[in-house]
Parts: sequence; structure tokens; C-alpha cells
Amino acid sequence: MEIFRAHVLVCGGTGCTSGGSPRIKALLEEELAKNGLEKEVNLVVTGCHGLCEMGPLVIVYPEGTMYVHVQPEDVSDIVSEHLLKGRIVERLLYKEPVTAERVPHYGDLPFYHKQERLVLRNCGYINPEVIEEYIGRDGYAALAKALAEMTPDEVIQEVLDAGLRGRGGAGFPTGLKWNFCRKAKGEPKYIVCNGDEGDPGAFMDRSILEGDPHRVLEGMAIGAYAIGASKAVIYVRAEYPLAVRRLHLAVKKAEEMGLLGDNILGTDFSLHIDIKEGAGAFVCGEETALLASIMGQRGMPWPRPPFPAVSGLWGKPTNINNVETWANIPDIILRGADWFASMGTEKCKGTKVFALTGNVQNTGLVEVPMGISMREIIYDIGGGVPNGKKFKAVQIGGPSGGCLPESQLDLGVDYESLTGAGAIMGSGGLVVMDEDTCIVDVARFFLSFTRAESCGKCTPCREGIMRMLEILDRISAGEGRMEDLDLLEKTAHIIQDTSLCGLGQTAPNPILSTLRYFRDEYVAHIKDQRCPAGVCTALLTYYIKPELCRGCTACTKVCPTGAITGERKAVHVIDPEKCIKCGACAERCPFDAIVQA
Amino acid sequence: MPLKMVELTIDGRQVSVPEGTTILEAAESLGIEIPTLCHDRDLIVAGACRLCVVEVEQIKKNLPAACAQPVGAGMVVHTNNPRVREARRTVLELIIANHPLDCLTCEENGKCKLQKYCYEYGVQDSPYEGETREYEIDDSNPFIERDMTKCILCGKCVRVCAEIQGVNAIDFINRGFDTKIGTFYDGELIDSPCLYCGQCIYMCPVGALAAIPSRGLGRDYDVEKVATTCPYCGVGCQLALNVRNDRIVGVTNIADSHNQGYLCVKGRFGYEFVHSPDRLTKPLIKRNGKFEQASWDEALDLVAEKLGAIKAEYGPDAIAGLTSAKCTNEENYLFQKFVRAVIGTNNIDHCARL
Amino acid sequence: MTNSIEEIEQADVILAIGTNTTESHPVIGTRVHKAITRNGTKLIVIDPRKTTMAERADLWLQPWPGTNVALVNGLINVIIKEGLADTAFIEERTENFEALKEAVADYTPDKVAEITGVPAEDIKKAARIYATGEHSSILYTMGVTQHTTGTEGVLSMANLALVTGNIGRPSTGVNPLRGQNNVQGACDMGGLPDVFTGYQKVTDAATREKFTRAWNVPELPAAAGLKMAQIFAGAEAGTVKAIYVMGENPLMSEPDLNHARKCLENLDFLVVQDLFLSETAELADVVLPAASFAEKDGTFTNTERRVCLVRQAISPRGEAKPDWQIICELANRMGYEMNYNHPREIMDEIASVTPSYAGMDYERLDNGGLQWPCPDKGHPGTPYLHKGKFARGLGRFTPVEYKPAAELPDEEYPFYLTTGRILYHYHGATMTRRVEGLNELAPCGLLEVHPADAAQLGIKDGDIVRAISRRGSITPRVEITDRVKPGLMFISMHFSETAANVLTQAVHDPISGIPEYKVSAIRVEKIN
Repeated sequence: MEIFRAHVLVCGGTGCTSGGSPRIKALLEEELAKNGLEKEVNLVVTGCHGLCEMGPLVIVYPEGTMYVHVQPEDVSDIVSEHLLKGRIVERLLYKEPVTAERVPHYGDLPFYHKQERLVLRNCGYINPEVIEEYIGRDGYAALAKALAEMTPDEVIQEVLDAGLRGRGGAGFPTGLKWNFCRKAKGEPKYIVCNGDEGDPGAFMDRSILEGDPHRVLEGMAIGAYAIGASKAVIYVRAEYPLAVRRLHLAVKKAEEMGLLGDNILGTDFSLHIDIKEGAGAFVCGEETALLASIMGQRGMPWPRPPFPAVSGLWGKPTNINNVETWANIPDIILRGADWFASMGTEKCKGTKVFALTGNVQNTGLVEVPMGISMREIIYDIGGGVPNGKKFKAVQIGGPSGGCLPESQLDLGVDYESLTGAGAIMGSGGLVVMDEDTCIVDVARFFLSFTRAESCGKCTPCREGIMRMLEILDRISAGEGRMEDLDLLEKTAHIIQDTSLCGLGQTAPNPILSTLRYFRDEYVAHIKDQRCPAGVCTALLTYYIKPELCRGCTACTKVCPTGAITGERKAVHVIDPEKCIKCGACAERCPFDAIVQA
Repeated sequence: MPLKMVELTIDGRQVSVPEGTTILEAAESLGIEIPTLCHDRDLIVAGACRLCVVEVEQIKKNLPAACAQPVGAGMVVHTNNPRVREARRTVLELIIANHPLDCLTCEENGKCKLQKYCYEYGVQDSPYEGETREYEIDDSNPFIERDMTKCILCGKCVRVCAEIQGVNAIDFINRGFDTKIGTFYDGELIDSPCLYCGQCIYMCPVGALAAIPSRGLGRDYDVEKVATTCPYCGVGCQLALNVRNDRIVGVTNIADSHNQGYLCVKGRFGYEFVHSPDRLTKPLIKRNGKFEQASWDEALDLVAEKLGAIKAEYGPDAIAGLTSAKCTNEENYLFQKFVRAVIGTNNIDHCARL
Repeated sequence: MTNSIEEIEQADVILAIGTNTTESHPVIGTRVHKAITRNGTKLIVIDPRKTTMAERADLWLQPWPGTNVALVNGLINVIIKEGLADTAFIEERTENFEALKEAVADYTPDKVAEITGVPAEDIKKAARIYATGEHSSILYTMGVTQHTTGTEGVLSMANLALVTGNIGRPSTGVNPLRGQNNVQGACDMGGLPDVFTGYQKVTDAATREKFTRAWNVPELPAAAGLKMAQIFAGAEAGTVKAIYVMGENPLMSEPDLNHARKCLENLDFLVVQDLFLSETAELADVVLPAASFAEKDGTFTNTERRVCLVRQAISPRGEAKPDWQIICELANRMGYEMNYNHPREIMDEIASVTPSYAGMDYERLDNGGLQWPCPDKGHPGTPYLHKGKFARGLGRFTPVEYKPAAELPDEEYPFYLTTGRILYHYHGATMTRRVEGLNELAPCGLLEVHPADAAQLGIKDGDIVRAISRRGSITPRVEITDRVKPGLMFISMHFSETAANVLTQAVHDPISGIPEYKVSAIRVEKIN
């Protein structure tokens, strides 16, 4: 084995990659070669570190120095200063926003302080394409332990005792689900990994699959052993080409090493994993639609029962868990149920990965213990709302989740509390919104997503979401009526009550939660014909403050509709009938005389 | 294996049904009708229309669909309480917000299940306004009209075509609100693998699918239905001829039959020959190589005379009778009786062999 | 059918031989589809053409036409050799097994593969699937019977069912799917030269005695009459002088139509009773207009022996009359009194002289029909035959040998021609061609030609060609398709302009009298 004096980790996560990390990696390679360091310094592309806002990230070990926002021109400094001379490049270190202090060590970043990185433990640390690196971090030890020392029932008991609940959103106890499938009659049995992460802005599963694919494979192998399954399918979005490629590679490598395939680790246990690429339908994240899609049918849900555990793929017992759930399994087996259950709340054990996005300082991927408050996530980890704006709301649980206000921020994050507050855990999307966000607009945004992603099978979801969206459109266009709010509420409740699958049952959440916490804002749109956040264009009016207007006529020249009239050197006026609220005049006015009202 | 029985309460009445029975079936056994638009006893449960939702006290989360929800021991089910009625009314309002209310000219008027339920639930118009789906009518083929503007997307046509016929001529296309039932590449039916069995028309709960040869000839309540046996192949499907003004104007299914109501294109649409202008309406006698119309008396006297003469001159075995695999038993019986007892020969046969 | 349509759905294995079920019996095709998709039934199809059934099959064997007997013997050979026979059933319920065993010993998979063109491995597979099914059901139609060895074909399948004990139980049996609406009934009613109703032999004195009394005649002819082919031969020879045809069109349905026409032209007197002026009626001296199925009451007996009511829906068109009335009037004119007020009275008479129909009357038939045998008024009908015991006691194995078809391709006529039906038409198409929509969907007869043969002949899809046999020629349009294999062509029987039976040969199964419609040799010429 080669020995290196330093390791340079370039983040290959989604955010950093789009920020230009492949170019950084190439330049580093070049620069190392130029300096004759290629034998001494190991250059590694890793999975996501989580702190995407600061990307591209480069981390240098053994010091654990993290460089942020690394640009091509910075590469030669990192090599010549840090790697040749041992001097840290100060200007590339993370700067604490409040104290403005530079933080040299990765581990000292406040972003990571309150995190509990279990599932993401290897992400950003190992090269996901090298199975040995995973093995070097205790990889496949849990599988070996399960096969050598535990009966399938003991494995299930361990998972039950750990209190692990499905991370896909519904929070069903994983051990219980496994047991149903284990007890179901029919051969062969299947296990499925749901990697159809469809929430806009979510990339938890993607990061795990890209950054630590073997963790998922190992979890699946343990689950298959416990359930008695011999076939497995990973359903992953085709929009994740890197994840797809790394999964294929990981399966191949694991098979070569006897960790998957026939007679795993010399035992009678065999598991064959297929990878099926989904075509990007949100509804295929729903179990039965996902199974239909795997079987080559249109991705449409079917009523349950029969549950997949009884009749799933090709009518055989099938157990489905999402990526994060599977990724939790190896540690539970290796370190024990008690260890796992020591984290989290009474009903929710372990950790949860969230994709933190929106108006928050540190957008990125975070893993926190269950029960942590949203305030801690948004402020302590996320660094709060940027640009001095005020926090307004957080949408948790993706497009089917709920929109929670400031008053709910001290809520501990777990399945029950979120549901009680009108949101859902979902797969872990957290979108932070500041004061400039219009709440009607937010509801419209999420509704337009679920409207487009509804499969069209059941009446309430297909027709109802459209009608709710149309009502929201009317409200934001200033054509709303107060009765619309009652109709919205009634329709939302009935869609929840009557829809076939989880998509429809949860799609009204954004409406119900915003009506619950921000009803005044709806009323302002309807009664006052006013959008308090100034987002809904139809409700804006521009007017010219007479005391500031000098009659320079600059505004009349840019107005596309001729809505502004006035003599030179006299106060101008805007005809609201003609004004299309484009805002060009306000931008052009040298005296800030034109304002929204 | 004896079936395990499950006891439950539906609308305050106790019922015991085999395990695996759905709430819909259990209610049916009590004579309680639960409205459905997408359910058929012979199709795999889809749970799509959501009209059959009921309240189950033990299921807190939502209102389960009676067609898909199996009974559970001790369940307390309400099929018609205010919450359920409100949900159904809303589902109907959502449907008719996107359904032309052109019952005046619709072929399905009087038979339409949407109409029936709107009537029963007092749904006259919809509080929802907005976009509606509108499509061109497809009558590219001789038999099946597809007016997808009227379609309520229950999916029964898709399922009967796939599950029962194995033809898969149509399927859902597009998604969400824009979902539509279409052929491959959303073409016309004539270019699809459709075999025109017309099962989809039979399944359609509204007027989205209609039999072209029956258009405008009478609605369900205008016609007399005469149960009979199909005149084509040996399966002998039971069907109902729809009759108006002494003409056959259509064919409908008889579900309780050895053919389970199913028919093929010939059984459903192949009746037109009965009204063909080519039908023989008078006896014909050939004179000098040309047919001339004759009275029955003339024609029958001639036949009796000729057969009598040939029998007298050459014996009965100089005459043969060809009976028919298309005529009734009674006619075949009489024909062989005629040949054997009246003519006096066993020279009788028919094309039994093809 | 020995068994019922409904039972098909519960079969573990369906062996479909020579049946294009989805086109010729579409609603049974539906049952088969449901069986496969809902109950996991295995489907084995034996057919020279890639029909929809073949496409849906778990295993499809594609023999050359006319080699069924060899193929089925081959299946039995494998079953016996591999110990898959139901020895208890053979012991208890059959006789003559040793003779069968001896007869099929030669039909090894390799030899059968050579005769039929079906790979030996597939023969073994099919035998295993069929024999290991708890309920294996055989469906067949004319692909088995329309051969000079049609009877042997049927017997070989009976042997197959017997050797595996797949008879006399639900969802098993040997099940011919009858082609015409009332072909079963026409046979049941004695529309055959050797039997009265219910297959009571005319040669049996006691039976004749019964009928003379029932019909109030001094005597009835004792000798079996002429079969269809013999009637035509008699007409040609001048021994048959007159034919009375009710509702048939032999000038479409008979083989070697050019010859059949000459026979009919030779008659002194021809009466045809029909809905339309058919090809046969054109030759008649007198044509009598008959009422259609919708214009009269009566019964049809379907393929599962179910007697179903036909009910009058509309009045007869013009002066047309129901056939039964015409017969009565003619009988009365010829001095034999036949008076019935309604077909129900005729059914009562049928029941009185026919043991298998004895329990039937219109009241009982009103509720979906009854399956014969139905020997008394309390009998519920018989969904499947041979339960516990065969009519003759023990089931007898009748060993049969493969004999090649009467005409095989040669240098001059190098292609096999086989004939059959299509979905949109029925039989001689007298009815279906008068349904505009059906005609629009299937306007003409197409000669199916494999792409390889088409290339060799230099013909394209849609070309009109001349198909020529030793009997005559027709000029159909060509459809290039892999439904047929190289060397085999197919044409449907429905279209008079391209009548398949101009090409077929008037050779018959000596026992059943069925013509060999399924095998002829033809050559095809391009028309410029």
C-alpha cells in the first residue's frame, strides 16, 4: 500500500461540482505533478461535505484544513504554500460571519458543531469509488457480523430495538416493516432501495449515494439477510448520473470481493442487486408507484392493501426503504441498538439528514440528532438569515410539507411534532424564507409542483390540486374572494381525506399550514388588495411622491405603456389603469420618487 | 379451506363476511349501495374515483375507499354520514367542474352514473371554476367514438382493455390535470391495436365512449332490450339486442352469463346485416335462368311438387337435405324430421366441419 | 367441449392446439388471457402460425401443418418415458394402455422433431408442463380436425388427456371450440346422415321404432345416408337429383369450389332457404326468404353444450319467415302434418325423443341456459363430462399413427397453404360482409407470406398475386408478415372474391368426412 504524507480532498458533491470543483481537481493534479508531488500527496475526489454554500471546498489532511470558495487561481497557492511550505493559506479559510475570524480546522466550523454525522460520516472523507476506503472505515464489518453472529430474527430485533423509523417521510418502524416481509409467503422476496428523491432542492439521498454508496449496499445486504430476500433493486433517479455510475461500480466491486452476489462471505446467503433508473416522476417516490415503474408500468400508485410486503414486485413480498434508512443499518448492527437509541427523542431515534436551502447563510446538507429544534438548525448550523433580513417561515418536508412560522421554531424535530404543527418530516427538505417572501406565492409554488407531479389517477388529487392552485392564482391576482378561503380549506381537507396516495394526501399541507399561520396575509391579498411582501405583481401600485418628483421626465421615457404623464419640471403622475407594474420607472428615477404601495 | 369470517358493523348493522372481503362488497351484502365510478367486479381494484370513500372509526387518518379497503374485525363503518356525504359531494363537484353538462344531447343520458350520483347528492353545479380539458372527438373508426372531453378518467376502459382483453390499445398519457386516456402516441383509435370488442364502451360510466352505429338512435330508456344468443361463433355469448321501432339499434352486455357479459366485435357490432337491403324479402322462382318474385304459395307449391315428383320417380334417396349450423335447434330438428319422415331418406348433413 | 368455458380460468395448464382462439372464439380468448394473467396458468400453444395466442404463450410449438398426430404422440412418448403418466388413473379408468405405449414408442422427440419441425427440446418441455399440471385443459379447433387425419388428431389428444388423467375433472378435458353458433346443436338435432337427435343411431331398430312412433310414420330409412361429400358426388353422378338447402352456403364452404359448383349445376332441382341470395342460392330453382336470428324464437347449443334461448326482437323483414315455419308449411303441402304454434312446442318434442335434452324446456332455459346431458326436469345440467366414469365404462386408448397430409408441397407447388378465420368475419361472411364497419376494418382476403418467401418471389406488401393450386387459382393481395414461417402461407376463408376453397382439395377424413382445408400445396406468381 502506498503511503502519502498528505491527502487533498476535493469535494465532488453536487454543489461543489456545479461550483467548478472538477476544474479545481484538474488544476491540482497539474500543479502537483509540476511540483513533483504526485507520489507524496494523494488527491481524492469525495462526496458532499454539506457546506455547499462555501464551495468549492478543498480539505487538506493531516491538518484538516478546509479551504472554501476555492477558485482556479487559488490552486497554485494551496500547492506552493500549504503542501510545499506547510503554510496555511489564510485568505481561503472560512470566515465566521459574526466574529469575522478565520477558522482553519474543518472540525471547528460552527456548521458542524451541532451536527451528528452518522449516515454522512464517510461523505467527504473517503473516495466513494474505492471500496477499500469504505472497508477501512469499518465498512462491511456489520454485514460480516450479521452473517456470522446473528440470526435474521436477531437482526430484525436489533433494528426494532434501535427504534429506527423510515427516513422516507412516513416514519414507519423499519424493523416492523422487515418483519412483515419476512413473514409473508412467496419466493423470491425482493428488497428495494427508494432513491427517487424528488423534492425540489433535496439532495440528501443523492449525497449519500454519491459519497458513500457502499453504506447503502451494506445496509441492503443486511436487510435482505434479515428478510430472506435474494433479489434487490435500487430505484434511483436518472437525473443523478454520478450516483448511478457509482452504484454500478460499487455493486461490481462488492460482487468481486464476495460482499454481494452468490454466497456472500462464503455463506449460503446470496443477494443480487439491480439498478433501475427512474425517469423523474415525483410520484414514483410513492411505494406502489415506484414498484409499478420498476415493473415497466406507468408510475401510478395502487391501493394498499395489499401492501408490498405481501404483494410487491411481480406479486412477491417486497420491502422498500429509502436510501437514508438503509444507510443507517450498518452502524446499528455494528454498534448496537442501544448506542443508536441513545440519540434522538423518545419516539424518534438516531439522526436525520436535512437539505438546508433558501434564505439561510449556510445552505447545504446537515445531519442532526432527532429532536433538535429548528431554531438550532437554522441559526446555529445554518448561520441564520442572510443580508440582515427577518426570518419569516420555514417549509419543512418538501412540497407536501408545511410552512411553519417563527413561533414554531423551538419545536423539536421529530415525526409527531412536525405533523402536529401541520408539516411533515418528509424526506428532509428545509426551505428557509425571509420577510421578502409572499406566503400566497409560496403556497402557489408548492401547489404548482404537486399539480404537475400528480399522476392523474385519483380525482381529488388530479382535479382538486388544480382547483386550489387556481384559487391561489386568483388571490395573488387580486381577484380573490373571502369565500375562497373557506373553499380552499374545505377542498384541502377533502383532498387529504380522500386521495389515493401520500402525494395527494399531503399536497394540501402548504395551503393548510399557511392558512393556519399566515391567514392575515391571505386576507390582505383579498380584502386590502395588497401583497405585504410586495411579490404579487398584480397587487402592486406604483405612485410618484410629489414632494420628491422634479419633473425630469426620465420615467416617461422608460414607461412601456405610456402610463406616466406630466409636464417637464412639474410633478408626474402614474395612471394605474395603464400601469403594468414592471417597475422600470422606479429603477430609472434619479430621485427615488417612485415607490410601491 | 373454510374461509375465516370477519364481523363488523356497517351503518349500525352487524355483518359477517369472509376475510379479504372489501367494505364495498360487505355493504352490498347488506343491500347498502355505495357509489362508485371506477369499480367493476371483474377488474382489478384501482381505487381511482374516490367516490366510494367511507368513514371507518378505526382508521383515523383519512376516509378509505370502500372498493379497496378490506374489512377488519370489529370495524365500525359509516357509509353515508355527513362527513362521507360531504367528501363525495366534493369529489362530484371536482369531476363536474371538468365535465361538459351536455346531458341534453349525450348518448349516456339516463344511464350515466355521474348524472345519477349528482342527482343523488344534489350536485347541480360546481363551486370550482377554471380550466377545463377539451379534446377533439375521435371517430376515426367505424365503431367506437371517443369523446375525451367527457372522460372522467376512471380508467375502466384502460383496465378492461389490458386486463380482460389483453389488447392494451389505450392507456393513461400525460400527468396530473392533463392526464388523458390515449392510444400510443395519442393517435386515433383506427391506428391502434384496438380490436373493437367495445368492452370499453360498456365499462364507461359516462358518455365518453359511445357506439358509433347506435348514435342518435335512442338512449337506454328509449330501447327495448331483448336478451338473446349471439349468431356468430360457437361460444354462444348472451347479449341484449336493443330494439326501437322494430329495428336493432345496438347491443348491450348481459353480465350474468357464461360470457360474463363480454363480447367481440362481431357480437357487439355485427347485427347490421339483419337490416341489409340485400335481404331476401320474397320467395324467388327461377324462370328461364332468371329469378322472379313469387308468392309463398306459389313457391312452396312448386317445391312440394318438384320434391314429390323426384321422390316418386327416383326414390327418396335421390333427394338430400343440407341443414344448418346457423339455424336454431328447433329448425334443425324439424329439418331432419322433414328429410327423414317426409322425404324418407337419411341424406342429411351440414357443414359441421368448418 | 368435455368441460365448461368458465373452467378454463382455473386450469393450471392450457394446451391450445390448432386454435386461433382470440380471433375465432374471442370471448374464450378472453378467458385464456384472464387465466394467464390472474391465475398464473401456463399456456402452451401448438400452431403453425404466430397467432396472438402464440404470442401470449409460455411455450409455442410451430409444427408444419398436418403433423399434429406425430407431435401429440411425441408428447405422450415423453410423458411415458419420463414417468409423468398418471398410472393410478390409467389403471383404474382406462384400457388398452399397452397398445398406446407400444404405438408411441417410436415417436421419440428427435423423430417427431424431424416430422414436425418443432425442436425436440420444446417437445419435452411441453410434455412436462402439460403432464405436471394438476388441471391441464386441451383446447382445439379446426387446426386439428380439418385434415384427412382429423379423427386421429382428436384421438391422439384424447390419449394425451387419458394418459395424464386430465379428464373427468373441472378445468381439464379435451375441448373442441365449435366454430359456428349452432354447429353443436345441428349435430345434436340429428343433422347428420347416421343419427337422430342426441346421436341415436339410425341403424338401430329400436331407435327407429321410437321415432316412427313419435313422428307417426309407418317407417323410417334404416341405412345411413350420404355425407356432404357423397351428396355432391351423387349430384355429379346424377344419383342425387334434388337438394334442399337451409341456411348454408356450400359454394363458399366446400373444398374445391369449382368442382362443387359443377356438382350443383348438375341437379334437377335445388331449393335454397336463406337470408341472402348467396353463391349457392344463385344456382337455385327456388329461393325461400328466411328470417334472421333476431326475428324468431328458438335455441342454439354452444360449444360447451349449453342450450341458450334465442328470442325474437323484431319482426321478420319483408315476407321472410322463420325456417321452422317454412318447413312446416312444406311438410303440410307434402302430406305430412306439422303444426306448432311456437318453437317451445318443438323443444318439448325434442326433449321427449332425446335423452340428453330430456330435462329441458323454455322455462328452464330462461335463466342462462342448460348444459346437456340434462336427463330430467330436476337435473341441473352437466358442466363437465366423464366424471367418475366414461359413457362406455373404461376410457379406451386408441393408438394412432401419423400419416402425412394428402398433398404436400413439391417442386411445382412449393408452398404449404393453410386456411382459417379472421376476427372481423364469420364463415362464408354472408352476414359480416353486410356490416359496413366490419367490411371497412377487413375489406379483403390477404395472403400471408413470410418476408423471406416474399423476397424470393419478388413481391411486396400489398401486391396482388396469383395463388395457384392443382384445383384453381385466386388473386389475393399479399400481406408480408412473420405470422407464417418460410414455406407456409395462409389465407382466410371469408372472401368470395379470393375464396380459399378454390385452392383447397376435396379429400376428406374417411371417418368424419371433414375436408383437408388446413393443408394444400400452392405456388404463387407475381402479377405485373
